[in-house]
Amino acid sequence: MKGRVSFDNDTCKGCGLCVSACPMKILALDLSKVNKIGYNPAYCIDQEKCIACTNCALMCPDSVITVERLDI
Amino acid sequence: MTVVFKKTKGLTNKPLTYCPGCTHGIIHRLVAEVLEELNILDRSVLIASVGCSVMAYDFFNTDCIQAAHGRAPAVATGVKRVRPDSIVFTYQGDGDLASIGTGEIVQAAHRGENITVIFVNNAIYGMTGGQMAPTTLPGQITTTSPYGRDVKTQGEPIKMSELIATIPGTYYVERVMTADPVSVRKAKTAIKKAFQNQVDGKGFSMVEVLSSCNIGWGLSPVDSLKYIKESMAPYFPLGVYKDKGKAE
Repeated sequence: MKGRVSFDNDTCKGCGLCVSACPMKILALDLSKVNKIGYNPAYCIDQEKCIACTNCALMCPDSVITVERLDI
Repeated sequence: MTVVFKKTKGLTNKPLTYCPGCTHGIIHRLVAEVLEELNILDRSVLIASVGCSVMAYDFFNTDCIQAAHGRAPAVATGVKRVRPDSIVFTYQGDGDLASIGTGEIVQAAHRGENITVIFVNNAIYGMTGGQMAPTTLPGQITTTSPYGRDVKTQGEPIKMSELIATIPGTYYVERVMTADPVSVRKAKTAIKKAFQNQVDGKGFSMVEVLSSCNIGWGLSPVDSLKYIKESMAPYFPLGVYKDKGKAE
């Protein structure tokens, strides 16, 4: 595990730009959930594979993503 | 764990009113991050325009003035001259800057005002329902050009960066896009340079950002990023159109 990605679920608009930007393909929209503003929020399928590249956060229009990198 | 990316202090906590996937949000964040990094948040003044970004004064953690449609560069001129210490920037769309406000932007550039202009070009009037804009691509379908833009009757799309770069008073003009993480990083570099120029008192800087309007274009958010890259960028070539700093 190199990094951790977390989402502010209630402001995510489920546009999917983070999903398409992730090089590890570990992000998806959670179709089983509907958030406060009526969208399917994005989430991380496999936190173990996150490399903390911040691509998802760079492409997020609503700044809902926080990325942490593991200190070595 | 070290936090390597979190929401910038340059934006307020108010949720953005833009459609899901609208790259206005990315450009807002880039500008806010640059203001935070240059440590000029407390003396920045945003001149908001009319269009989708009309509510920008709610989102930026800076002082703001809402200008009449297209008149942001004129208001920015006034603010900058009265308070030369403040960092004044306008945030305008293509309907605002390239259509109703063409006069103001050209004259402000001619006077060489020491302001920063962020020009968001999405080739359509997004806020009013997807009508044809001066920057709409040839053949592009909009609600007022249902058979596609016909250049014989409606003319070629206006290329503002090229036009502004020919004006002697301008200092720095660059066109960037927000189609993928690489281009977003490049866009941030350009925006940072445009603000640094103002801090250094160099003069008029404009950054044109190719943006998306997935609702107006009738595409998904991900497909509209492809559209920026494959359809818009070939017509509106990216790059630095003027950099007096480099020439000096």
